[in-house]
Amino acid sequence: MSYKIFSLDETALTIDFGGAVSFAVNDRICALAEFIAQNPFRGLREIVPAFNSLTIFYDVREVRRAFPKFETAFAAVKNHVEQCVTEIADFGADKPKRLVEIPVCYDAEFAPDLNFVAAHNNIVPEEVIKIHTSRAYRVFMLGFLPGFPYLGEIDERIGAPRKAEPRLNVPQGSVGIAGRQTGIYSLASPGGWQIIGKTPLTLFTPEAESPTLLQIGDTVQFYRINKSSFDELASNQSEIE
Amino acid sequence: MSILFLTNSVLTTLQDTGRNDFRHLGINPNGAMDKSAARLINILLGNSETEGVLEMHFPAPKILFEQDAVIALGGAHFDAKIGDGAIENWQIVRVKKGDVLSFERKRFGSRLYLAIRGGFRAEKWLGSFSTNLKAQIGGFDGRALRKNDRIFFESEVQTPKLKARYRISNALIPNYSYSPTIRVVSGAEWQDLTAESRESFLRQSFAIRTESDRMGFRLRGELLNLCGKIELVSSAVNFGTIQLLPDGELIILMADHQTIGGYPRIAHIVGADLSLVAQLGANDKLNFELISLAEAEDLMIKFEKELDWLRVGCRLKNNAEN
Repeated sequence: MSYKIFSLDETALTIDFGGAVSFAVNDRICALAEFIAQNPFRGLREIVPAFNSLTIFYDVREVRRAFPKFETAFAAVKNHVEQCVTEIADFGADKPKRLVEIPVCYDAEFAPDLNFVAAHNNIVPEEVIKIHTSRAYRVFMLGFLPGFPYLGEIDERIGAPRKAEPRLNVPQGSVGIAGRQTGIYSLASPGGWQIIGKTPLTLFTPEAESPTLLQIGDTVQFYRINKSSFDELASNQSEIE
Repeated sequence: MSILFLTNSVLTTLQDTGRNDFRHLGINPNGAMDKSAARLINILLGNSETEGVLEMHFPAPKILFEQDAVIALGGAHFDAKIGDGAIENWQIVRVKKGDVLSFERKRFGSRLYLAIRGGFRAEKWLGSFSTNLKAQIGGFDGRALRKNDRIFFESEVQTPKLKARYRISNALIPNYSYSPTIRVVSGAEWQDLTAESRESFLRQSFAIRTESDRMGFRLRGELLNLCGKIELVSSAVNFGTIQLLPDGELIILMADHQTIGGYPRIAHIVGADLSLVAQLGANDKLNFELISLAEAEDLMIKFEKELDWLRVGCRLKNNAEN
């Protein structure tokens, strides 16, 4: 698998595996993130995985002190990362993925763009729901909002572009579609994804030891619930909190 | 053991040097926009440099001290006063119970920091005092401070008689300007700009647009062009990343930036100059100067060493005072 390494700024570098987003590349990213976390170099600060890249933040001064034979901290960290890449050849490839089932209510009141997504693809709304719940998705990355998962890839028959004018306020829990991705608004926020439903689950719990419901690499399976189940789950959820 | 906010203000939040280690969950660092200012005044007071500070914009709040305290201000210059007495930035100030700190006029800069010896009492979220306004958590109840809010001090602090007023030497204070030249290192897509656009980026003055906030500063200037269309897959970005928007304008990501981004990364502002950008306001101008990564690393190391010296110096003085 080819890659390139470039500096983000003087405190971070990115290793980019390029190409299209795929499970294989994302597996590699997850494995590399885990491997570097388990084999940290002196001065390592933070590891941020994304679809097909990993960004590593470091303390310039500490790295320079720990690796004096390198001209720059960047060169030292780059060298470390390159070694890690060769060592992870199979690391974590068969690691079991965590499956998280997420209930979604697709009723019209929660799904202002369901009709648009259906019309865009020349199918009926029921078909969009059926297709959306028919396969499991990978959490390729968390970002945009705390705990917001980028899930993929959705069936091309329900793909849809982002809204030209983003909504000023998308409610928390809204499930959206953008291109070939689907995602869940972990917080209320402005946003441009096409909203096709809503989950009663809380994806971001600040006080919790693990503040996000999902992690990169997880598998998500949506399933359909009706309004009364939604209300019941939503009230259970608020009791837990 | 507290201060009381007597008035409302534009945006006063509790911040620190940022919340690190959680970007992989989509939780951005937040923190002070002008981190050098926050660090310098904390060090001056003998605090940990990661202690919480108040970040204030103009109009800033009137603040009543309900207890004696030792404070320091840094960053922007808002004509701070206690009673009729002017309070200078970058120096230790002893405040008496009943004193009211007010800010009369915006003289320079956009963000003024207030630190207090011993720190403010606040609950850390994920290891940081910084306020995440979007998630409404961290800092003071996850929100900006308002009239009648009260922040307690972390500890009752001995306020010794100051034998001499001492202040941070000018050499350490960021070299603020209304039209600074900001040093950058090239970004991953720098070479994807046309030669004319690269030249234009380094030649022209950009103005800060009014649509600028703690998330990002939009720049107004000649539009820049890429050699061809490029589709990027989103990856991590940082405070100081300069991205090219689809309309050809630039945005500088600031302290409340998202963790990831998908626009072309033209350049990144070096850590040493982020403070200069943080003090800019609408219509202020800036120029960019490209330096090598090695130079940027050296600048950072030089600044950190200077802070070490300041730390040692302040420790000696604080011990002598106590």
